[in-house]
Amino acid sequence: MDIAAHFPVLVIVIPLITALIIPLAGRINRSYAWYIALAVTFLCFLMSASLLNTVINTGRISYRLGGWEPPWGIEYVIDYLNGFVLVVVSFIAFIITIYSKKSAEQEIENSRIHIFYSIYVLFFTGLMGVTITGDIFNIYVFIEIMSLASYALIAVGKKRNALVASYNYLILGTIAATFILLGIGYLYMITGSLNIGDLRERLPQLYHSKVVLTAFALFTVGLSLKLALFPLHAWLPNAYSHAPSVVSALMAATATKVGAYAMLRIMFTVFKVEFDIQVVPVTKILLVLACIAIIAGSVLAIAQTNMKRMLAYSSVGQIGYIVLGAMLVNQTAMTGSILHILNHALMKGALFLVVGCVIYKTGIEDISGLKGMGKKMPYSMAAFTIAGLSMIGTPLTVGFVSKWYLAIGALKADMWYIIPVILLSSLLTAVYFWRIIEMIYFYKGSDKEAYNDAPAGMLMPTLILAGLCVFFGIAAFIPVSIAKKAAEMLLGGI
Amino acid sequence: MIELIIGKYNFWIYITLMMIGFYAMIVKGNLIKKIVGMNIFQTAVILFYISMGKVKDGTAPIIWEKAVVYDNPIPHVLMLTAIVVSVGTTAVALALVTRIYKEYGTMEEDAILDIERRQAEELRKKGSE
Repeated sequence: MDIAAHFPVLVIVIPLITALIIPLAGRINRSYAWYIALAVTFLCFLMSASLLNTVINTGRISYRLGGWEPPWGIEYVIDYLNGFVLVVVSFIAFIITIYSKKSAEQEIENSRIHIFYSIYVLFFTGLMGVTITGDIFNIYVFIEIMSLASYALIAVGKKRNALVASYNYLILGTIAATFILLGIGYLYMITGSLNIGDLRERLPQLYHSKVVLTAFALFTVGLSLKLALFPLHAWLPNAYSHAPSVVSALMAATATKVGAYAMLRIMFTVFKVEFDIQVVPVTKILLVLACIAIIAGSVLAIAQTNMKRMLAYSSVGQIGYIVLGAMLVNQTAMTGSILHILNHALMKGALFLVVGCVIYKTGIEDISGLKGMGKKMPYSMAAFTIAGLSMIGTPLTVGFVSKWYLAIGALKADMWYIIPVILLSSLLTAVYFWRIIEMIYFYKGSDKEAYNDAPAGMLMPTLILAGLCVFFGIAAFIPVSIAKKAAEMLLGGI
Repeated sequence: MIELIIGKYNFWIYITLMMIGFYAMIVKGNLIKKIVGMNIFQTAVILFYISMGKVKDGTAPIIWEKAVVYDNPIPHVLMLTAIVVSVGTTAVALALVTRIYKEYGTMEEDAILDIERRQAEELRKKGSE
């Protein structure tokens, strides 16, 4: 029996079982928890990479759980889109796990550290599950696994505000997930199927039915709430700014990306592109919302004085980019949107990790505390500068590549007025990052405290992510070649 | 009109329940009442799925010589998962509320927001000094 044939299910089963083993192992020795979490995320990264490689070489993989045939049994499907997202998610999770050792030791009560890692791995399972499954009800189940774990992870935060932030996220997250569940119910009611591929075949005859329209509306609202698209982003800033640094980094880099993936999957695979354009003008509505999100996210980020909060608002804007690219409905813009899933994960991951380093060393969360930090923590600040420049969209960084594709895509769709939006938001991003970069290098800090840089265990992952921001900015053809094929598949030849 | 109300009464019941729950989740200030609302909200969806699987004159999907038509068991099975999820969510929510009560000494949203606002102002004063 070839073990590689079972990678699709092992990517889920291994972390799921490990999440249960970690608390037991942690009872023997608490330090085991981190090693196990690290091993699992690394293993999943290797398996995802192998899966993506198989997809590139031999095409779409379909895995039948328990040998049941697709419309009846649960099917795991891996194609260019989710193979790509799987690799991104597992890689970022692996890097952040390396980082988490020191950071979590300081920010989380030592007697509970093994439980923290158990939930951490469970959260990771949820992320992978949403991405890999080809069954629409399974998406709901994994979204709930991911959300329940994330409520707990946020609540671990040191300050009591974390509890309220987590509670608010729980209420909104439940509304979102229940809307998605209702949408699934309506689709099942009219088609009698839960398999994504099967739904794609059966739905076109029913596109004008009110049941399908209701289902689509419920999906759109539920998913927008989960991925924090502009008017529904209220939960995000508090959740990210009060969670422990590791958790904010992981959530900002992966959770919203998986939400975006789920949206692409439902809008462009379950429903065909023709539905989004001809039957309901949903692309137009979401396009406007995405533009507002891009501008509003940047403007709100300028107003913040807390570093994590600023990055959280900037995430709201960046999510806007991903949605914008998808809603322009053409090959180039869709490629940009899929690329931005990787690029934003790298940039925002690096930025949150640097903030984590600063908090670890100094306990400062306020932007003004960064004065003169360039001399004290040179490596972390270099990573911050690179990732910041990438957020602005400077050439030779990943931020430039996705913005380039989005801009060309907007031109191809005859929507030149999108370009000023992208430019304006880049300028606003420059404002809020330049303000910090100026403080880091051109202000004199107090000489009272002499900090040195963060420990190597935290510095390495941060520098790797920042380095990849440049690497994929120059060698952009690697992710672009995959994103192009994924876009082609989603748009089905338009 | 009568047909619309009586013929589809299961939908009316589930929508009414769902909106009651939704209203409580958004409007109520007490954190426990919000959780109660959340439970009603989720249960309404469960009811929707259950009624969807019912076939007229259908029996439970067990092989039985008198059975002619069977109910669709899949929505019912799906709801087992949804019930588990709803129990899990309620447990996490209640755990959070007990922690919030210990930390803030209140379960009223307005009071908590007040405390947070005062806390933020104090921080700002400290910062300006």
